[in-house]
Amino acid sequence: MTKAMPDPVTLPLARETPLDPPSALGRWRDEGPLRPMLYADGHVGWLVTRYDTVRAVLADPRFSTRVELLHPPIGERLRQAALRKRPGFFLREDPPEHTRFRRLLTGQFTVRRMKQLEPRIEKITSERLDEMEKAGSPADLVQLFALPIPSLVICELLGVPYADHHRFQRDSATLLNLGSSPQQVSQALDGLMDYLHDLVVRKRAEPDDALLSGLVASGQLTDEEITGVAVLLLIAGHETTANMLALGTYTLLNNPGQLAALRDDPSLAETAVEELLRYLTIVHLGPVRTALEDAEVEGYAIKAGQSVVLALSAANRDPERFDAPDKLDITRQATGHVSFGHGIHQCLGQQLARIEMRIGYPALLRRFPHLRLAIPSEEVSMRSDMAIYGVHRLPVAW
Amino acid sequence: MRIKADTDVCIGAGMCVLTAPKVFDQSEEDGTVLLLEPEPSADQEAAVRRAVQVCPSGALSVS
Repeated sequence: MTKAMPDPVTLPLARETPLDPPSALGRWRDEGPLRPMLYADGHVGWLVTRYDTVRAVLADPRFSTRVELLHPPIGERLRQAALRKRPGFFLREDPPEHTRFRRLLTGQFTVRRMKQLEPRIEKITSERLDEMEKAGSPADLVQLFALPIPSLVICELLGVPYADHHRFQRDSATLLNLGSSPQQVSQALDGLMDYLHDLVVRKRAEPDDALLSGLVASGQLTDEEITGVAVLLLIAGHETTANMLALGTYTLLNNPGQLAALRDDPSLAETAVEELLRYLTIVHLGPVRTALEDAEVEGYAIKAGQSVVLALSAANRDPERFDAPDKLDITRQATGHVSFGHGIHQCLGQQLARIEMRIGYPALLRRFPHLRLAIPSEEVSMRSDMAIYGVHRLPVAW
Repeated sequence: MRIKADTDVCIGAGMCVLTAPKVFDQSEEDGTVLLLEPEPSADQEAAVRRAVQVCPSGALSVS
């Protein structure tokens, strides 16, 4: 039996308060697990807001991640830019093509491998804190701390020269800016691909012991495929953690009791990181999947070809899964949140991200125990215009 | 309790290792799940059930 359908909604973007998802998402989640949604190209697909249903669709092989099938939830330009299939963009491939790439990479991102990076990440973090001290109070936490730490780490892991960071940070910012024109997006993506392709060719001639050289040596991927993988890992490796570090700090500064608790007891870092991931859900606009065949979900008939948006932020605030979900509590067990996604495409670098944050937040609070915002909280500019949520700048004083 | 792990389905996300490190490990080669204790002791059962629940790929089951 299928259920009567409410009128299609559009994906809400405007937030009433900076740290909470748009309130409509929560209202709709309370009314039902999914509802029809009008996409930017006129397509009528679906929007899923409940935790269990989000997980079920993300784990369901009847739903594809393939780029050529998806309808854009917002902004037609996303479709134009994304529609071009590019080798190595395995995030947008289904099995068995996806499996071929993921299998080559998972061994590089295991819990143990990432733990081995801890001393190096601690050193990088402490050097950035030295730089902040040298720059003097007040300073922008994004430029001096949140962005350089994960950029330095992913550069070392991949074997990308950090000296080129202005270039790839600029291109990835253009890619993630929802206001970029299709031309700007293509240019940035082409620029990044040219840069990394040259680098892959160089690795073939002069290998090092980092990840890209390892992929070259594996002999299982073409240079074009390795370039695609490098683009994904480089962008995903710095933009996401950078925004969690900065937005997480902003959140703690707005919750001084919890900031003090974490500062005075660094053993809270593990639960604090999971809770900040859950509470903030910086991947705030997706992901999107498309039905490969007719599929019934929670009694609703989804037709082959219809796209489905999985609202991770609404799922992470589902009261059926998390008690008092709108309350930040860094001592709760928030594991099981869907901030890294779910299913076969769940974030490859999640264990690295966790370690960067578990080291980053306590080190920052230890170095600057009296850290405070240098401007009024409501004047901090939020990244509502970017595919990854966060703060554009975070002026802090100590 | 007996754990079954399907390494063909596993995507190596590492959630099981994070949740129950005494029971699960990951292969050095491809990051897929390794069972350190296929029949975990009673004190590990709760953690194992959590690991089954958070596994993103559905590679784990218990009987």
